[in-house]
Formats: sequence, C-alpha cells, structure tokens
Amino acid sequence: MMHKLSKILATGAALTALAGFSLSALAEPAAPNYPKTIGAGEGQLNIVSWEGYAQDDWVLPFEKETGCKVNRKYAGSSDEMVALMRSGGGAEYDLVSASGDASLRLIYGGDVQPIDVSLIPDHKNFIEELKAPDYNTMNGVHYGISYEWGPNVLIWNTAKVKTAPTSWAALYDPANKGKITVPDNPIQIADAALFLMATKPALGIKDPYELNAAQLDAVAELLKAQRPLVKKYWALASDEIELFKNGDVTLGAGWPYQTNTLKADGATVEDTVPVEGATGWADSWMLSAKSAHVNCAYKWMAYVSTPDVQAQQAIYFGETPANPLACPIMDKLDAGSCKKYHLDEAATYLQKIKFWKTPQQACGDGANDCTSYTTWQQKWQEIKG
Amino acid sequence: MISATSINAKKPDHQQSMVRRLSTLLWARPGLGLGLLLAPPLGWFLLIYLAALAALFISAFWTVNGFTGEIEHNWTLQNFTTILQSETYRRIALRTIGMAALVSITDIILAFPFAYFMVRIAGPRLRVALFTLVLLPLWTSYLVRVYAWRLILSHDGALNWSLQQLGLPVLDIGYTNWAMWIVFSYIWLPFMIMPIYAAIERIPGSLLEASQDLGAHGFRTFRKVILPMSLPGIVAGSIFTFSLTLGDYITPVLVGGPGSDFIGNVVYANVGIANNIPFAAAYATIPLLVMGIYLMAARRTGAFDVM
Repeated sequence: MMHKLSKILATGAALTALAGFSLSALAEPAAPNYPKTIGAGEGQLNIVSWEGYAQDDWVLPFEKETGCKVNRKYAGSSDEMVALMRSGGGAEYDLVSASGDASLRLIYGGDVQPIDVSLIPDHKNFIEELKAPDYNTMNGVHYGISYEWGPNVLIWNTAKVKTAPTSWAALYDPANKGKITVPDNPIQIADAALFLMATKPALGIKDPYELNAAQLDAVAELLKAQRPLVKKYWALASDEIELFKNGDVTLGAGWPYQTNTLKADGATVEDTVPVEGATGWADSWMLSAKSAHVNCAYKWMAYVSTPDVQAQQAIYFGETPANPLACPIMDKLDAGSCKKYHLDEAATYLQKIKFWKTPQQACGDGANDCTSYTTWQQKWQEIKG
Repeated sequence: MISATSINAKKPDHQQSMVRRLSTLLWARPGLGLGLLLAPPLGWFLLIYLAALAALFISAFWTVNGFTGEIEHNWTLQNFTTILQSETYRRIALRTIGMAALVSITDIILAFPFAYFMVRIAGPRLRVALFTLVLLPLWTSYLVRVYAWRLILSHDGALNWSLQQLGLPVLDIGYTNWAMWIVFSYIWLPFMIMPIYAAIERIPGSLLEASQDLGAHGFRTFRKVILPMSLPGIVAGSIFTFSLTLGDYITPVLVGGPGSDFIGNVVYANVGIANNIPFAAAYATIPLLVMGIYLMAARRTGAFDVM
C-alpha cells in the first residue's frame, strides 16, 4: 500500500513537472525504429517499475526461459520514474512501468521509443480500448504496451449505511457530515469535476482533467463545501482502512484494494463505481529510446502480456489486466477474482473510468485556457485550508 | 606491548625533531592548537549547516517555470508576495505558530508541578522511578506513540470505550485540531520537564528558608522566589516544545483532520508533489524567522544557561 501511496504522490509529482509541458518546443517524440524480429536476448534487462510489478513469481521463470537477467529498480513516484529513465543519458534502463501521467512526459521528452505491437502476440487479445489508449499512443504510433488498470471507487460501510449509495453525491451530502474520507491529492479535483460533469451540465465540463479557470473555481467551490463533511483526507491506503475499521468514517473514495483488505479483515464494506463514473489509473510498459537490450525488452513485454503473468499481477496487486484471457487463470488462482476485478465485463467497466492524466494548459480541443497541475495543486491547498 | 617511546626511538632523527618542533609551536601558541581542534567541527557547521540554510534562503527568491518545470534563476519576490497575499498560507502559518504556543503553555502547566514534585518532595528512589517514567516514552519511536494516540482517540478507540463504560457521552475528537493538541502536548512533555527540573534543582534550599523566615508563605514564596528562578528552565523547555511543534508535519498527517495542515505539510507538498522548491523554500523561511525572534527573546531570560 506504500506503493499505492507513492503512486498517488507520484502521479502528483509527475503531473506538476509536466504541467504545460506538452506543448512542443523541447524534445521531440522518438521516431519508430522497429526491430524486424525479436532476436536472441542480450542477457540483461534493466527495468524501472512500481514495487510489486516485478515479483519473483513471474520474473524467475522469465529469466530461466529467455536468459535475460532482470535487474529491478523500484521507483516511488512517477517523477522518480521519469528521472531514472533520463539518467545516464537515457541508456541506463530499458523498460519502465509508467502510469498514465508519466507516460506522456516520457513520450514528449523523447525518452521512449515506439513499439511494434505486432511483435507482442498478446497485444491483439487486449481489451479494445487498451490497445492504443491516448496516454501511450500518439497518432497511431504505440509508445507503450498497456499493462494493468483500476478505478477509484466509492466505498461504504454496509452496517452503517443501509441503502447502498449509487452516486458520488453521497460524498457531498451534508447528512453524512463527519463520516467521509477522500484522498489527500490534488488529482481529487478531477473526481469532483466528474461529479459536476454529470450533475451540472451548465458548466460545460467535457473532461475532468481539462478545466478552465471558471470551471476549476466551481469545482473548488464544491470541494470547499465538502471539507466540513470530511473526517480526514487520507494519505495512505492504510489510513483509509483504519478509518473504516475504527468506525471513524462510513463513506469514502478509495481503491478496490482497500475494500479487499477490509473485507479480508472481516469488515462490512462494499464498493461501487457510481453512476457518474469514476477516475482511475492505467499503467504501460515503455521502452527507452536508447535501450541496449531491445530483444530482452520485447521478450519481457511479450511475457508480461500473457494471460498467466497478467493474472498473477492482477491478484498480487489488486487491479485489472489488459488481457481478458487472464480471466480463467485469475479464477484458478483465486476463485471469483475475475469478477471481483471486473475483467468479465472489462469493456463496460472501462467506459466508467476516466483515467488519470496530466492537467495541462493546452486543452484537448486546441484551446489554451485550461488550468495546469500547478494551479490544481494550489487550489487543493486552498480547499484543504 | 610496544610502548610509545620505543616507536619514537625507531623513528629517524629529523622526523622526531619535527614532532618536537610542532609540539613546541603548539605549546607556545595555545590559540593555534585550539584553532586546529575546532577547525573540523566548525568547518562542518559552516559548510553543511549554514551553507544549507543559505542555499535555502537564496532559492526562495527563484521561481519555477510553469512550462518546463525547471527552476529559473531570476531574482523575484513573487513567492513571498504569494504567501503574504494568500489567505490560505497566512492561515496555515498562524495555525502552526498558534499550536506551537498552545502546546508550550500546556506543557509548562503540566510539567512544572511534576518537576517540582520530583526535586523537592520525591525521595531519591521515587525520583529515579519518575525519571525513568518521563524518559521511557523517548525510547520508543515517535511514530509508534503518535499511532497509539490515533487508536486511543479514534471513534471506536480506547477513550470512547472508557467513556461508554462510565456511562458518559462519547467524544468525537479523533482527527481534529484537539487531537493534535493532545498528541503534541504528550509527545513533547519530557522536553519541558527536564529543563524545568534542572532549573528548580539549582534553587538553593536556603533561599526558600530565608523567604519563609521573612514571613512569606506558600504562594508568595512560589511567586517571588521559585517562579523567577525557574523561569530560565521554563523558557528553555518552551524552546524545545515550540520549535519541535513548529517544524512537525507528521502528527498533522496522522492525527489531524481536514484543516490541520502545518507549514511543514505545505513545504512537503511543494517539494514532494508540486516540485516547486523555490516556493517551499520561501515558506520555510517563516518558521526560521519565528524561531530566530523566539530565541533572541529567550536569550534575555538566561534560558541558555539551563539547556
């Protein structure tokens, strides 16, 4: 869960530096330089990943099978990931498991190279939406291979909240004063924006990560009204777990991971993706532009895309694979886990999730009046007081 | 075992005379010897400590480019004007300073009678026992103690359980500024007891007897003799409690609620999340300034003699 926190913090960290980054000017995205086939391994593979993304369970068989010795470097934040991928002139590491925010930064920085997905057999099996999502694919060029993903969910204590909530409105309802917990993270602004997108169409929010100044103010207004209802802004996943366990809160925003941990502990909690949809994270494996172990890297990407590894990763971490063929294996490893992580209805589940990306000045529609992550960070401080 | 002289004896003559000449030089100029002795720690202090502070202060006048996220080395007061003009940052600074003051006062009220009891009333064995009790919490991790309080103050925690057993209404103080006040007061209490103990111990018994002989009883002796003479200890203790609270950012995260952010939390968020080091540096000068003023005032009371 430390990992999850760092991931959240990380997102933040990365987001900031990225704020306004994308416009162009600096480095250019790397041009394609595909290998024709995956040749013999170079014997080494240096990867930067989240903790828990390169466990011995699936790394050791890979090393045995390919002869590529995997050197792991765990990063605590997206910022760190970006820095590591740029270290030593960019040749130090071959692969990185970047979240949706760091990935763009790496692409625009020219730090990662396009990947020929035809060399990754399982890519064609991926959920349609994850084959070329905009956080790892630009103009049809793949800069990353989707890995695992998950939503931020509405969690509630079933013993204390009798009727199951179906809307994020529960987190803004004065009736729940002092019983609510939400993440202490500026990206939480997107959650409120998502709610206003559905409930106040007059504001004209089209994307929760692309807000102009007026829209951001309206969102901040809502969040400031929420503040007196909040028992605690949680920083660690374990914080939220404890808050629910000790009866301090009955409703909150969090990850499926918290629900699973609480349930395993015997707590009476449920979670849902409310009718308005949810925000979430999605990770991709990306290949360094200056990688010296391209064959091993391709072998790794092909390997971790297989249903077996995707299933192991999903269950170890508590998230959803990009490869739906992992479903029966997940169920074999942990009965009912495919349904638990919604891989059985991935396409519909995906539609409900607005994946984290970096708020930038450049809006998606070509306008340049959106608020950057730096502004979000200041607003968040203002909201928390 | 080889004696020192036997080693010296093996040394060539000119080397031995060098050593002798050096020792003569040092004997003739005591200032030089002292200088050599102090150079390493002083150098360390200047380089690591003061240089770091200077770097902090200088970077406070820089800004971060919103486009590239890189630090721009143009001199500007922008960070300071943002802090002064923003109601949020002002409120957070005042909250931090206010809490530090409140915790110091609370600890003085709690620690004084305790320290007095230890010095004047408790026997030697009880005194040792009390000392152990005061210092015992310091042997465990700060985090463990804060987490323990979190469990005590939580909704279904030990405090509310006890209240329920007594038939009293439950309190809802977990994750509030009240919780922070309680936890800070508890955690820094030993740092207040120790200097007050030292100060009271220094008051000669004869002064108290003289005061009584001159007809001053109880409260008057306390007010006219004990309190003024233990004031340096109180101030010394408050330097600890005040500065420790002022610089803390973990307790607000763990036991604070919404609206519990301290200066440290803002600094942390700007360094760790927003990557805006100049702004963090500018904000970090506030506690530096506050402590500077506090220490200057404390020096006048003679507090540094009991630390």
